[in-house]
Amino acid sequence: MSLVSFRDVSLGFGQRLILRHFSLDVEVGETLVLLGRSGSGKTTALKTVNAMLLPTTGAVLVEDRPTTAWDHIQLRRRIGYVIHDSGLFPHYTVAQNVALVPHLEKWPAADIEARVTSLLQKVGMPVGEFGARYPDELSYGQRQRVGVARALAADPPLLLFDEPFGSLDPVIRLELQRQFIALRQEMSKTSIFVTHDVREALFLGTRIAVLLNGSIEFVGPPREFLQASTPEACAFLSCLQPLEV
Amino acid sequence: MPNSLLHELVTLTTQHFFLVGVSMLFAAIVAIPLGIILSWRSGWRDVALGVVNVVQTIPSLALFGFLIPIPILGGIGAHTAIIALVLYALLPMLHNTVTGILNVDAGVRDSATALGMTTGERMWQVELPLAAPTILAGVRIATVTTIGTATIAAAIGAGGLGVFIFRGLAAVDSMLLLAGAIPAALMAIAADRGLEWVERALSRH
Repeated sequence: MSLVSFRDVSLGFGQRLILRHFSLDVEVGETLVLLGRSGSGKTTALKTVNAMLLPTTGAVLVEDRPTTAWDHIQLRRRIGYVIHDSGLFPHYTVAQNVALVPHLEKWPAADIEARVTSLLQKVGMPVGEFGARYPDELSYGQRQRVGVARALAADPPLLLFDEPFGSLDPVIRLELQRQFIALRQEMSKTSIFVTHDVREALFLGTRIAVLLNGSIEFVGPPREFLQASTPEACAFLSCLQPLEV
Repeated sequence: MPNSLLHELVTLTTQHFFLVGVSMLFAAIVAIPLGIILSWRSGWRDVALGVVNVVQTIPSLALFGFLIPIPILGGIGAHTAIIALVLYALLPMLHNTVTGILNVDAGVRDSATALGMTTGERMWQVELPLAAPTILAGVRIATVTTIGTATIAAAIGAGGLGVFIFRGLAAVDSMLLLAGAIPAALMAIAADRGLEWVERALSRH
């Protein structure tokens, strides 16, 4: 069953088309990586899922309903969202940031507290030590962890990641990627993950879609991607070859 | 200083304080909500800021003069002065409200929307709290300049510390001039420091 379905989506700003006849189904439980260069339309595609952007033509279906037919607020509260610079609220503590969506959804206070405690524990940021801190008192990697916890807070079935680990140093990045895999095994979520890093795509993706100029050039599991012969996929794969010194 | 002068000083200082306080209150009631609306509407923004900018360039004595012949709104007295002072205070308050809201980090605004905040929730819980120090800085600039401009209000019979200044000018009495100017300056410094303190308290988190 597909949780998200892009049906011949085109999207343009003025004369410029960002997405061109983009079609793709995202199955329950998979981690679909959208791999592409800057300007390939991957972030735009991601933003059509939670109705931050609406298709010019075609439709994006979430749980078999087009995003245009959803109440946008309800839709977004069912979809976790993590961006590259975390987007944490600077005037909220770590605990308040994680509590955001449960709070908007008016959960009982005790439930919110229990949820925040357990999630911060899961991302390795125990509430006793970090809960009362403000985002500017955390390192970049710590903020990303809190961002992930915030996205998971209301237990959404679907998560969107927009290059969340892009600006991290390689050691911390690997640590967060491992945590992502551990959390995925534990919580069985469906994720759409945008990146331009081919290693990250291979490490995290259960399926990889390569975007070129707003269309999908290749889509398949990592094993097939490694054998792909389309030009853009090959361009990304060539990044994996060791440099000749 | 003779007793009667001291008594008058207290009266005029109170009048001055009242002129400025009421003007700031009305200006804030108009400028802050208008600034919020303008932060959504880029088309109206330039027009509105252009208009208040032009108002700012009218010399204060001339503006008081223009207002006197206008029926109901104008005439002689404190209410005319308050209208002029409100008009002058609009620019810094409006400008800072718009800037404060527009300068909220795009990632923060984006994630507020993406996590399912309504426009109202985003405004009250994210944009206004984060813009508050900038908005307050606008109120502070407006207040300090208004304390000075309000001395001219005496020219149209609104009272305030300007009464001493105009009388001192007419009588070539520098003691009277200072009796108006010094309390006005002290009031401006006190307002500046006080609002700066509030501003810092707001930006702490």
